[in-house]
Amino acid sequence: MELKTKIKAEDGKQELTITREFDLPVELLFKAHADPEIIEQVMTNPYTTAKILKFEGKKHGSYQMESTDANGKVVFRANGTIHEFTPDKKITRTFEMENAQLGVQLEIYEFEKLTESTSRLNTHIIYESVALRDKILKSPFAQGLSMAHDRILEIMKKLK
Amino acid sequence: MNLRRDVFQAISDPTRRAILLLVASQAMAAGAIASNFDTARPTVSKHLQILTECELLKQEQSGREIYYHLNPKKMKEIADFVEPFRKMWDDRYNKLETIMKNYKPKK
Repeated sequence: MELKTKIKAEDGKQELTITREFDLPVELLFKAHADPEIIEQVMTNPYTTAKILKFEGKKHGSYQMESTDANGKVVFRANGTIHEFTPDKKITRTFEMENAQLGVQLEIYEFEKLTESTSRLNTHIIYESVALRDKILKSPFAQGLSMAHDRILEIMKKLK
Repeated sequence: MNLRRDVFQAISDPTRRAILLLVASQAMAAGAIASNFDTARPTVSKHLQILTECELLKQEQSGREIYYHLNPKKMKEIADFVEPFRKMWDDRYNKLETIMKNYKPKK
């Protein structure tokens, strides 16, 4: 199964881009990044529940979100400041995972209309250093593992 | 412990990942594993050796045959550690797409 999401992360650079085409009008794609309730739904997975603690979708706004595990323990909390928030076009924000020592990253989301019913999201992320980017990316695993990983995880769950 | 190979190198190869999936459901002898691949038997043996060296597979003698089975502890180590970046984003975006396809604006 081909992943629809493309990642471009060149060697020795402290940035990467994530590109993905959606079978959605650009308005809905943007809304999924602008409506806290929808963001929570997207960020929630079988293991953790996401909660948006603060969300100001505007220039000079800020946000904070967290994820809790099944026991209610906070396993992830992040925050940032919004620098640009132009509906259906662009969001520029910072992102910092709290207590993670991974620095602050600058994220530029560009929303592009392809047809009436399809769109593309181009995300450009710039990290504080090459080392931090690589730490976050774990490049060998960005390729390849995807399908095997899923099946192995499934099997692992049964083994526990 | 042989540190020549690390687990990440081990799982970077598609054949070795296929071997891991194969033995995940049941322990298998080298011959049975090899019969699943078009690759020459010695090549499969080499892959098994690498997977064993990095402790993803464990060997167990049973009669004349050596059976290979998955080492769940080591596998879990990778699973926890890896969290493949692209897969993570792809899953998230698949979900976003599904949610928004069913999205009904509030009146």
